[in-house]
Amino acid sequence: MELHFDYSGLYEFLYSVSSWLLWLVGRAFEFIGVDSDNFFYPVRQFLTDQQFVYFVALILVALIYLVAGLLFGIQFIWMERKFLGRFMDRRGTQVGFLGFFQNFADAFKVLLKAVIIPKDSDKRVYQFAIFGILAVSFMLLGLVPWDNNFYAVNVPLALLLGLAVFSLAPFTLILAGWSSNNKYTVIGGMRGAAQLIAYEIPILLVVVSAVVMTGTLNFAEMVAWQQNNVLLFIPLFIGAITFFIAGVAESERIPFDLPEAESELVEGWQTEYGSLGWGLIMAADYLRAYIVCVLFSIIFLGGWAGPDFIPGSVWLLTKAAIVFFFMVWLRAATVRIRTDQLLKFCWNRLLPLAVINLAIAVLIRVYSVGWW
Amino acid sequence: MTEMWVNMGPQHPFNHGLWNLRVKLDGEKVTDAEPVIGYLHRGWEKMVESRDYQQIIPMSDRLCYCSALTWSHVYVSAVENLMEVEVPERAQWIRVITIEIQRLASHLMWLAAVGTDLGSYTIFLYAMRERELFLDLLTNLTGARMTYNYMRIGGVRNDLPENFERDTLRACDLLEKRIKGEYYQLMDQNTPFRMRTIDTGVLSKEDAMNLGVTGPNMRGSGVDFDLRRDDPYEKYDEIDFEVCVEKEGDSFARYRVRMREMLVSCDIIRDAFKKIKEGPVRVKTPRNAPVGTAFAHVEDPRGESLMYVMGDGTNHPYRLKVRSPIFVTVSAAPKMCIGYKMADIPAIMGTVDMCVGETDR
Repeated sequence: MELHFDYSGLYEFLYSVSSWLLWLVGRAFEFIGVDSDNFFYPVRQFLTDQQFVYFVALILVALIYLVAGLLFGIQFIWMERKFLGRFMDRRGTQVGFLGFFQNFADAFKVLLKAVIIPKDSDKRVYQFAIFGILAVSFMLLGLVPWDNNFYAVNVPLALLLGLAVFSLAPFTLILAGWSSNNKYTVIGGMRGAAQLIAYEIPILLVVVSAVVMTGTLNFAEMVAWQQNNVLLFIPLFIGAITFFIAGVAESERIPFDLPEAESELVEGWQTEYGSLGWGLIMAADYLRAYIVCVLFSIIFLGGWAGPDFIPGSVWLLTKAAIVFFFMVWLRAATVRIRTDQLLKFCWNRLLPLAVINLAIAVLIRVYSVGWW
Repeated sequence: MTEMWVNMGPQHPFNHGLWNLRVKLDGEKVTDAEPVIGYLHRGWEKMVESRDYQQIIPMSDRLCYCSALTWSHVYVSAVENLMEVEVPERAQWIRVITIEIQRLASHLMWLAAVGTDLGSYTIFLYAMRERELFLDLLTNLTGARMTYNYMRIGGVRNDLPENFERDTLRACDLLEKRIKGEYYQLMDQNTPFRMRTIDTGVLSKEDAMNLGVTGPNMRGSGVDFDLRRDDPYEKYDEIDFEVCVEKEGDSFARYRVRMREMLVSCDIIRDAFKKIKEGPVRVKTPRNAPVGTAFAHVEDPRGESLMYVMGDGTNHPYRLKVRSPIFVTVSAAPKMCIGYKMADIPAIMGTVDMCVGETDR
């Protein structure tokens, strides 16, 4: 087998890399004299097996995607700190190059904290909830592509699957809130569940309108449609705004950060979490914000579509960062609203807007207004 | 769901200071509330009975950590009334100016606290930024940032420093510009801010008067009463100023009263600088107070603060009673909180401007 890598996609590339590496190991086994009558021959066979190569490639993809996603999550935290600082007439973080290393310092601080589990909590559920919320975020991370060639999985119904995974989040919130055995966490968990479930509906309706326009549930095809026709942001402007607001609510950020409203609920459903568990929950929160931004840029801003002199994934992340900038702006400019107002806002404002948006999409699709 | 009691305090992000608001919740709705105070009790009134009149001045600074000057002022006023000391005119004007600067600093501190209560750190940092201007002024004048030890029985400690007038007027101009510009856009015109504060924590005019609520909280309920105008002390009778009153009685009204009061304070400071004249700032006073009683009450940033002092002929008071505005106002907490959501409590109690130092004494 000669050194030949397939560059057509991240997955294909890693598959060829891992098969090459395992082929090398196989050759090494052969070199030291492991042949068909040797005791280790099954191991050699196993290593060069198609299934095993596939598995290793999968692990590599997941690892690379996770690291890339987490790095971007951290970069978003840094962005938020810097922008928020400037909005508030201060300078933001200062540690290291432009304050970028503050996040790492914080991560190490969180790592070194003692793990305290409340005595009367339901310990298993309490710990499971951390992994539940992490799993939701990481699964979403895997579903969102960065480029035509850079994705972990590319399933035809990726969008639907992504939203289904998103809707798992309220359960973990309720579990976390309930198992902590604290009044604040219970209220926070309930609020969180109510909020996430309510805001899922406008998001779904807006996504449906995007699907009506493009006729696909696959991210890559959606971007290809936008490359060929028009950015969906233009015909579905109302939907884009609705999606943005609902996305802010889904990622639990001010003005919709009621589940963790620190002034009345201490820290909401996260109150009893400490040390690394809390750090992971925080990271997952930012990952969710990052995913919302990436989804917004894929669905409405054409994802990785853009002039070729810049790589596609850079386009996507730049667009996501711009969307996140608006999220930070919203956070700097508003105060937290109340639960009843939040739900009223969802049902009375966002839902009608989403329906109107859907009607516009259907009308455009049926009558093909204009040139798209 | 059955009702449950939730202790919001004594260690809770919403209460600035150590106090506890026990609320009974039906879901998120508050059905009962009970303020519990006393966590910061230092026995101040008993402590001062074994100190000289002069030694009590720095202690009276410690009553409230947001507006130390007004408390040392009400103390020295009470003792001056007891000793029948006439304060020189320039000292009275300086007192007016410093008290108004202190009022601005205190109101800005309140604004910062409201900002964090409602979840906006922008409001917090903007208010703190402006507060720094006035703290710098007071540092220039007195040498301290928080507890100034500036008032004296029979005047003030020292005269105004060089360029104090210029700096103060500049700070007032800047604050006025910011309140009318940035703050107005950030809060008054901000829909979420209005959603959170309008129609929450309504305290009717009758309730406010019956419960003894004073100061901006009472004026927010539509009671037109300000000690600076209705029982003038120092030189307030020579200044013509507006008493800010809002009729609604909700959190937003209390917020509006305080914001307008800041503008009025700026005007008072400008007026005072026009009318101040050269002269002594302090007179000699006797060490021992005569046998008898006296009191003084002033318009604190938080309401009516009163000190009642009883002299027994020695150099320390026989009894010194403090009437703290927030000690009385906090009793209106159940009236304001019941019937609203739990999320309203920070907005309601934040606009009341709690200061536990003077409440528990």
